[in-house]
Amino acid sequence: MSLTPQRLVEHALDTTRSDGCVVLLSASTNANLRWANNTLTTNGMIQRTTATVIATKDGAEGTAAGVISGSATSSDQIAELVEAADAAAAGAEPAEDAQSLASGDAAPDWAEPPERTSIQVFDEFAPALGEALGRAGGANRVLYGYVEHDMTTTYVGSSTGLRVRHVQPSGHVGVTGKDSERTRSAWVGQATRDFSDVDALAIESELARRLDWAARQVELPAGRYDTVLPPTAVADLMIYMYWSASARDAFEGRSVFSRPGGGTKVGTTLSSRRMRLWSDPAMPGIECSPVVVAPRSTSELSVFDNGLPVAPTNWIEGGVLRSLLQTRHSAELTSLPHTPAIDNLAMTVDDATGSVDDLVAGVRRGLLLTCLWYIREVDPQTLLMTGLTRDGVYLVEDGEVTGAVNNFRFNESPVDMLDRFDEAGATVPAFSREWGDYFPRTAMPPLRVPGFNMSSVSQAS
Amino acid sequence: MPSQNRVDATFTDLPLQRLADAALQRTTDFRVQHADFRLERIRSQDITLRDATLEGASDQERLGFAVRVILDGTWGFASTDVLTPDAAVHTAEEAVRVAQVSSPMNSERIALAPEPTYDDAVWVSAYDVDPFGVAMPEKIALLGDWSARLLGADGVDHVSAALQQVQENKFYADSAGTSTIQQRVRLYPVLEAYGTDAASGGFDSMRTLAPPVGRGWEYLTDTGWDWDAELAELPQLLAEKLAAPSVEPGRYDLVVDPSNLWLTIHESIGHATELDRALGYEANYAGTSFATLDNLGSLQYGSPALSVTADRTVEHGLATIGYDDEGTQTQRWDLIRDGVLVGYQVDRRMAPLLGLERSNGCAYADSPSHIPIQRMANVSIEPAEGGPSTEDLIGRVERGIYVVGDKSWSIDMQRYNFQFTGQRFFRIENGRLAGQLRDVAYQATTTDFWGALEATGGPQTWVLGGAFNCGKAQPGQIAPVSHGCPSVLCRDIRILNTASESGR
Repeated sequence: MSLTPQRLVEHALDTTRSDGCVVLLSASTNANLRWANNTLTTNGMIQRTTATVIATKDGAEGTAAGVISGSATSSDQIAELVEAADAAAAGAEPAEDAQSLASGDAAPDWAEPPERTSIQVFDEFAPALGEALGRAGGANRVLYGYVEHDMTTTYVGSSTGLRVRHVQPSGHVGVTGKDSERTRSAWVGQATRDFSDVDALAIESELARRLDWAARQVELPAGRYDTVLPPTAVADLMIYMYWSASARDAFEGRSVFSRPGGGTKVGTTLSSRRMRLWSDPAMPGIECSPVVVAPRSTSELSVFDNGLPVAPTNWIEGGVLRSLLQTRHSAELTSLPHTPAIDNLAMTVDDATGSVDDLVAGVRRGLLLTCLWYIREVDPQTLLMTGLTRDGVYLVEDGEVTGAVNNFRFNESPVDMLDRFDEAGATVPAFSREWGDYFPRTAMPPLRVPGFNMSSVSQAS
Repeated sequence: MPSQNRVDATFTDLPLQRLADAALQRTTDFRVQHADFRLERIRSQDITLRDATLEGASDQERLGFAVRVILDGTWGFASTDVLTPDAAVHTAEEAVRVAQVSSPMNSERIALAPEPTYDDAVWVSAYDVDPFGVAMPEKIALLGDWSARLLGADGVDHVSAALQQVQENKFYADSAGTSTIQQRVRLYPVLEAYGTDAASGGFDSMRTLAPPVGRGWEYLTDTGWDWDAELAELPQLLAEKLAAPSVEPGRYDLVVDPSNLWLTIHESIGHATELDRALGYEANYAGTSFATLDNLGSLQYGSPALSVTADRTVEHGLATIGYDDEGTQTQRWDLIRDGVLVGYQVDRRMAPLLGLERSNGCAYADSPSHIPIQRMANVSIEPAEGGPSTEDLIGRVERGIYVVGDKSWSIDMQRYNFQFTGQRFFRIENGRLAGQLRDVAYQATTTDFWGALEATGGPQTWVLGGAFNCGKAQPGQIAPVSHGCPSVLCRDIRILNTASESGR
């Protein structure tokens, strides 16, 4: 029979035979709809409960860990996970990242049940989308898209008394529009916590506006262009840079944040611009977990750090690299503060105001992008990334969009770009096309980057 | 080929049929046109070492089931991990409710291609030793020994080692009467050595080429790969790479090793011949395909030397299985014959759109939480019977580059423009290898690249490579897939210098 998440956590902590134990229990519900060619393609309603049991065993040479995750809804299932974790810990070598477990008390909301979503979250959106699909079809436009709403409630309990509950709503919508000949393409996307701020007909109107921009099509060659990146494209690049900011990788000479000759680049000026890249679990609109949740140990996560509070952190401030993603173990290695990864990311530029349109107004001849795609690391040393423009590259002449341009493959480093942009706008919620399905909580400014390296032309349309 | 292994009793002991009956029975109350029930257990274990010391070891298990219905021509899908008959009934009702909420958006009635029914069919992949039966300390000791060998060599500063292992169990039953139970095992060991160049202060790495495979623990001990030989040569290859000159950008003839070419096939042929992409289903996410349906039978995809098959039956293939996730028996068929596009990969919903009487068995879901979609078969290039060795291909090149191992990869949303790097690049001068080059990337348009294919190597050069992590669809799904190929010779391909691309 099914138990509540709190009962599953307590059952695990009561039955473990190890010296220490942390249980991460996440209860998720997810509703999604997908469509293409103006009609539904797939949908789904998903319910899952996953437990991770981390058992620790003290020994003369250090503390070992056993880490087991599995679907867990019954006391038998959680007991099996605990038994396996206990056995794994008992048979393991001491863990390199071993630290004392976070301690604490039960948070006031610990006893609250998980929050859930259902397919009815789309009760207003689905008919509106039906109307938008009809309107698009009537105007020879074809829509393709996806909406998803996810509610995940995470319970973190430890043998040291900690009981933390966190509710994470995540949602997003992305819609691609094409003309009936499939020669023009545009995209609009946004993240949302509850779908109250998603307007299907407004999205359809914006796609229509962008497809109209493509009435004039201009072929341009590869080259370096004065380029306006909207917030979504800035998010595409900044998220990957953030994921590449492991302190241990930097310290061991494997990343763009390694100091040649040894150590990290913390304290080095990366940008002469007065810009800040930062995370804060309480950032309005993109709130995220206030504690570390680490289902496995990696270079920038440690299972021993589970439940530790995360504080607002400047990764880059005043253009200077201030912090890297740390475990307590890597913080000792690098002699730097423990600044764990946080599940949101923002970039702000001092005194920057205005929107994408304001940046476009200042461009004499250049490009306006929609988003980037298939972004992959080419050289970790410079963090050179390659990728493509997608679903709308627009020609800007004398401050106005005058047509659509072919797509390009780019080769650029986001780290270099931080020192090269010559104009920025106000920071706004930004949903990354490339990574947003996995990292939806970002706020970014639009940037104008001179000499953005469009390495070759892509025929994709 | 079915193996001698049996399906794990811990899976067959689950109340598979009882839950299926409860769910499918409930769907009949709503007069659905089709219903299927899929219960899966996916066990995985990941181990990582850093400098021969354990960094992380964890076991995961996903267990749950899904109900998929077609109600009044509209899909409905729901899944849960509560394994009770009540939950099965509830999930069936939920799937119906999802179909009802979705129906205002649906303007195309879903119909499935017919498929014979299979009664209690059982299929297990080919492997000797179940990796989940091997004790963790033994695994860590082996990876630690391999890491130490690299770490002890001159010029190696750091070493990463990783081992991913998966055991996948699927039970499927549908309203037409098919019922299947399957099990397959796969694993992916990888080691990477890092070094620095004292002169420049720059760093680089060299990774093992051993592909992920549908084999058991024997792959790490004595079957399918020579680990001792590969580990022995890695430090020297890294040292040569660090000291190598930077490539002069321009156009070169390329001899591409299977360890690199499998990924180029994956991106520029595998995905481009997925019918759901050609039809636009992935337009908002993974992208579409230039190889649209009107090109079937006429598109000159590459030179006449190019023949490509799709295959879900090849032994040890990562996409190999007995029956797909909507009860279709798996097959092997042509995608490109003598350079011309002749086939696509489809599922039962798409087969009629292509005029096929039957699906070719490409429906796959990566977990019980996800709806099956069309996923890639093992897409492979045929070798030339009696064809040349890799050395013979290199011998035909006056000025070129021999490309080995995959690294960075990227391709556009319609599968035209791609860019790949590799683990190592050797200069070819007058038919002979003449040392490594650095900072190399090759960039081309799909049909130009395959059009420039002059020759494929013989069967002796053919290797089955692949990946665990092919991404597609929303919600995102990951699929494992293999690609076999011979070494090939392509003429006059654009080479970039990645250092100058970054403006340095």
